[in-house]
Amino acid sequence: MIEIRNVTKTFGGTRAVADCSLNLEGLKIAGLIGPNGSGKTTLFNLITGLVRPDSGEITFQGKRIDGKLPHHMAALGLIRTFQLSRVFPRLTVMDNMLIAPQRQTGERLLSLLFQFPKVRMEEANHREKAVELLDMLGIIHLHDQFAGNLSYGQQKLLELGRAVMAEPKMILLDEPTAGINPRLIQTMKDMILKMKACGQIFFIIEHNMDVVVELCEKIFVLDHGEKIAEGSPLEIQNDPLVIEAYLG
Amino acid sequence: MDLLLHLSIVIAIYSIFALSLNIEVGYTGLFNFGHVAFFAIGAYTSALLTLQGVPFSLSMIAGIGFAGAAGFLIGIPSLKLQGDYFGIATLGFAEIVRMILQNQVAWTKGPMGLPGITRPELFSWRFDTLPEYLVLALGAAILTFLVIGFLTLSPFGRVLKAIRDDETAAAILGKNAFACKMKSFVIGSLFAGLAGVLWAHYITFISPGDFTLTETILVLLIVVLGGKGTLLGPVVGAVVLIFFQESLRFLRLPPEWSSILGPLQQMVFGLILVLLMIFRPEGLIREKGKEKIDRD
Repeated sequence: MIEIRNVTKTFGGTRAVADCSLNLEGLKIAGLIGPNGSGKTTLFNLITGLVRPDSGEITFQGKRIDGKLPHHMAALGLIRTFQLSRVFPRLTVMDNMLIAPQRQTGERLLSLLFQFPKVRMEEANHREKAVELLDMLGIIHLHDQFAGNLSYGQQKLLELGRAVMAEPKMILLDEPTAGINPRLIQTMKDMILKMKACGQIFFIIEHNMDVVVELCEKIFVLDHGEKIAEGSPLEIQNDPLVIEAYLG
Repeated sequence: MDLLLHLSIVIAIYSIFALSLNIEVGYTGLFNFGHVAFFAIGAYTSALLTLQGVPFSLSMIAGIGFAGAAGFLIGIPSLKLQGDYFGIATLGFAEIVRMILQNQVAWTKGPMGLPGITRPELFSWRFDTLPEYLVLALGAAILTFLVIGFLTLSPFGRVLKAIRDDETAAAILGKNAFACKMKSFVIGSLFAGLAGVLWAHYITFISPGDFTLTETILVLLIVVLGGKGTLLGPVVGAVVLIFFQESLRFLRLPPEWSSILGPLQQMVFGLILVLLMIFRPEGLIREKGKEKIDRD
């Protein structure tokens, strides 16, 4: 779905991403690994429009998306999560979920006034779906809590649920299992696999090799902003370059 | 009795003023330190037009409209700024407005102010006496409360709160933060204009000295004390603060105290604020949503 061609991004003197080319066409779950500071999050930022590439191009479903603004990406069907979860702390868990659906009638002032029955119907539908998802994530009992009061792991689950609520074509997860307890890691993996079975496509940055190997069909490896390898989990685990840069 | 009516009218007008600031500060996280400018624009526009013989129904609409338009124009550059920088920009804007009112003597009579503003007449109803004016001010306050309540409880209001909490995360979810902040800012400015119109026609004399930073601080205090980001908060805050501010007149203090009354009031204000921030930082009314009880 996503194709990245010769993308470069420099911050001052450091090349965060250097002439990177990745093709995610036809992959259900792709993984992105690499040592700290290898440019993984920058690559996500480039894809989601938070930073602009110096050169190269990024296409999503055949359309150029580099240079578009972050809020255009969601409409195109690209939603990401963050390494340090970014839920809305002073919104309830339920409101965090309800914010995500795209093109809501009730978010436009004129339609809010003139199409109020439609707004109420949409809200009811979204709420039903949110309840279902929160139940799957095991945080339904927290629905009326401020999201900022959830534990870190619960916030990461909520962020995943929120991404799913947006019904994107692709979800980019930035270290979904970093810093959370083993039981929640299991919930997170189950959720991702369940969504995959429903046809959801993912692109995941992850340090936990067990998770990467279990989930991903194909893994891309970055080091110092350059792609040093790509292949199946088995190939990557045996690649001498990868072992030297990362696993070893 | 007259004092009580006067108090109610001032509370109603300040409720509108505070509700209009709350949609910006409490719901959208826009720390507008120049809100009084839109109040002033509403007051001056309507006052100047009625002094030229324009009927109140039109001058009121013009006052509200001018305040909203000013919000839109000042929003274009300033809403691109983040947090404190936005606050400073709005602070500067309010000073510019006050300086124009003070120095553009040909239009505004400068520091002399505008005396003799008429009490309004709407659809052949005259709002001349205190009870009549209270009906008008209360009606406007209820309307403001309902409109702002409807907006903030809607999906639109939810987006504003999301932008307040984390602008980047809201953008990633497809929300155009700039456009939403602009809508919030213009709505706030429109209602501040309405409050200004009502103020001018109630007091019947306005001068640039009425629209200083002190007014902005008072209305910010009302919002914070009442509970920002809640619907009832600004109203409760207006009742408590305006009542307190004016209630010192009820006390039969000896005349020789009058020189210390003003500073005393400011000191008690300060004390209330300090105590409140220590013991109840979220304000008198809390935002809906539970604090954490159980953790996994």
